[in-house]
Amino acid sequence: MRSVWALAAMAALSVLTASTATLAGEPKQGGTLRMYHRDSPANASILEGATYSVNVPFMGVFNNLVIYDQHIAQNSPDTLRPELAESWSWSSDNKKLTFKLRQGVKWHDGKPFTSADVKCSFDLLMGKSQQKLRQNPRKAWYSEVNEVTTNGEFEVTFDLKRPQPSLLAMLASGYTPVYPCHVSPADMRTHPIGTGPFKFVEFKANESIKLTRNPDYWKKGLPYLDGIEYTIITNRSTAILAFVAGKFDMTFPTHITIPLLKDIKSQAPNAVCAVEPTNVSTNIIVNSTSPPFDNIDIRRAMALALDRKAFVDILFEGQADIGGTMLPPPQGIWGMPKDKLETIPGYGRDINANREQAKKLMQKAGYGPDKHLAVKVSTRNIAEYRDPAVILIDQLKTIYIDGELDVVETANWFPKVARKDYMLGLNLTGNSVDDPDQSFYENYSCGSERNYTNYCNKEIEKLFDVQSQETDASKRKPLVWDIDKKLQEDVARPIIFHARAGTCWQPYVKGVTIMSNSSYNGFRYEDVWLDK
Amino acid sequence: MFAYLVRRLFLMLVTLFGISIVIFFLLRIVPGNIVDILFAAAGYVDPADKADLEKQLGIDQPLIAQYLQWIGGLLRGDLGYSYVSEKPALQEILPRIPITARLAGLALLFSASIGIPLGVISAVKQGTKLDYALRVVSLSGLSLPSFWLGLLILTASVAMFGQMPIFNPNPKTWLEAFTTYAVPAAAVGFRSAALTMRITRSSMLEVLRQDYIRTARAKGASDAAVNYHHALKNAILPVITVIGIEAAFLIGGLIVTETVFNIPGVARFLVEAIRWRDYPIVQNLVMFIAVVVVFANFTVDMLYAVFDPRIRYTD
Repeated sequence: MRSVWALAAMAALSVLTASTATLAGEPKQGGTLRMYHRDSPANASILEGATYSVNVPFMGVFNNLVIYDQHIAQNSPDTLRPELAESWSWSSDNKKLTFKLRQGVKWHDGKPFTSADVKCSFDLLMGKSQQKLRQNPRKAWYSEVNEVTTNGEFEVTFDLKRPQPSLLAMLASGYTPVYPCHVSPADMRTHPIGTGPFKFVEFKANESIKLTRNPDYWKKGLPYLDGIEYTIITNRSTAILAFVAGKFDMTFPTHITIPLLKDIKSQAPNAVCAVEPTNVSTNIIVNSTSPPFDNIDIRRAMALALDRKAFVDILFEGQADIGGTMLPPPQGIWGMPKDKLETIPGYGRDINANREQAKKLMQKAGYGPDKHLAVKVSTRNIAEYRDPAVILIDQLKTIYIDGELDVVETANWFPKVARKDYMLGLNLTGNSVDDPDQSFYENYSCGSERNYTNYCNKEIEKLFDVQSQETDASKRKPLVWDIDKKLQEDVARPIIFHARAGTCWQPYVKGVTIMSNSSYNGFRYEDVWLDK
Repeated sequence: MFAYLVRRLFLMLVTLFGISIVIFFLLRIVPGNIVDILFAAAGYVDPADKADLEKQLGIDQPLIAQYLQWIGGLLRGDLGYSYVSEKPALQEILPRIPITARLAGLALLFSASIGIPLGVISAVKQGTKLDYALRVVSLSGLSLPSFWLGLLILTASVAMFGQMPIFNPNPKTWLEAFTTYAVPAAAVGFRSAALTMRITRSSMLEVLRQDYIRTARAKGASDAAVNYHHALKNAILPVITVIGIEAAFLIGGLIVTETVFNIPGVARFLVEAIRWRDYPIVQNLVMFIAVVVVFANFTVDMLYAVFDPRIRYTD
């Protein structure tokens, strides 16, 4: 009950926050927004990045073809807005997506933006250009795109192999800025050139990132800020104390854990804070290629043993969400409704009954009170990974599984997972777009590089394609729910919970909206302003 | 003395050569390289992309070839490029050295200027309440980890003054510039000051019991002359040794202090570089630190001769 009240209070706080932004007076020009950055990103190239540590500081340098409305917290097909594209249209067979581009837009170095830049960017992403990205983590997003063609200087067409309405969602992600043709990928890593509201000034590794106002921004009168300065502070305690002391106008987005939020509210009572889902799920990767988890009964027993509410209560003081692969509603668009979710084994409210069932499955597999199954639970040496892993080990004890924590340094984590040198792994999966195509194909399709467990079910794969081609969202949703349910029942990658996190800013910072179903898309900051 | 100096300099070169081998190969023993980390962060791996990147960075070469390339470059003054920032390693390292040097210098100054006088007072006032109080202070200095002390200082500053003494790259006043370094230097130097104080005290106690001290007192020398001119001068040798060793240990303390106070010095940079397996940065930085430590030890050896005329390095 207490957690319900806490959630209600947080929801009220979020509404208050949104209204704070809306009801604020006339925007004022000027001032530099000072934020801390949680770590030093590898480089400044968003197309090569796979963490929002890159998106947050550099999204303001760029524009996309389309973007999610920066002042509506929930990203959805209804909140897509044109940006470098003035408009878009689908062909009658839904296999061609044509964008009419904005004219008169200039890159920060003064060169004009044209359709050639769009083609270059997507050829780069699809691996079709002469130049190569050092890393291309989202190449799979464009697997259904045959080619991108230009029709004159201000029109481009995406030619698809089959209808894929969600392509627009991926184009609107903070991960999909348009790059200039005339700047090499290597230069974009060190000195990015964009068309966005802020120009890149400097990036000192482990020190700071500075952006300045783009006076030639194509949206006249924007941005309001003269610049943004990110000071890189890797120590969370120092960063939060500095925010409390007024050294920063805003914390790094979604960097405040629920327990720390209470500290901030007590030490800086005027700070405005918002708690939103991050669309990052904590899940278990199971090595089903070797014993003992090649036995489906043991996998199912493990899924039945999970007390998800306990994870949420311990780690988030009740403020996190339980769901399947897709972020649950109301913030998530595609998540299963609660009544459907609770029909999945392990999601029922009676934890004891679930565990009794799990024990029977374990006994069937030859384990019991006198013969426990010893397993190693591997995870990265980061608190967000380690803490839930410890709780998981504790819960597995109830069904005759003795877990041992195997903490792995980041450098060794992925190679270890890739060579299947683990039994159980505690993993975090971030979804940059709240869309089933991004999540299903990336994490569950046969042969996907991010399908760490190598789960491969051809029948489900066909269903992925069916939902992906459905243009009517109301028809697509039930298809997505059925797939999600099946994935949970197959124990493909059991989802434990979807995290929430807080962001705080000083009361004079206006125009900030924290996205509620993605941590990657809301950092353009062109109409953020300082009321001081 | 001259021959000793030459011999020591030659030994220094041999030591540094040995260190270069150890640094290089130890770094390669640590599992994972920059490419593994980049792909781990991205959560996927494309074998072709990985091979391309390894080739581009030269880490696909045999280890001996990589070592010779590094040492050759080092001797020519070419430190290579950072794998992460893709900027010249020298350009990345150089601006950070003065920051850490200032911090380390201030910390050592703090250690000596607090530790030695308090150690002398504690010895002279042996068994008094003041002695006990100073011993408690020194014990707490040895017991408090510098990261904890740093956080305590930051928390107290925010709670009591609403201010936070973290690094300010553009201080407006001299006082602001001094505070930027003085507070973290005190945090990291406290442990070192405590150690210096204890060594000074025990060394002084030993000297104060010597016959020549009694003789000096009998001749009517003042307390100050006995304590500081006769006793301290002879008790200082172990203290100098400890300060020399502390200079090397300071780097360890600075890593944490630079992180807590968010100071963009070499120590924190080194940790980040190790995390990324940024070989050119780590190798060159550790080599630089090794040079500093070796020279510090060399200087301490030379200071022995200055402070103690009984010590003569003969051929």
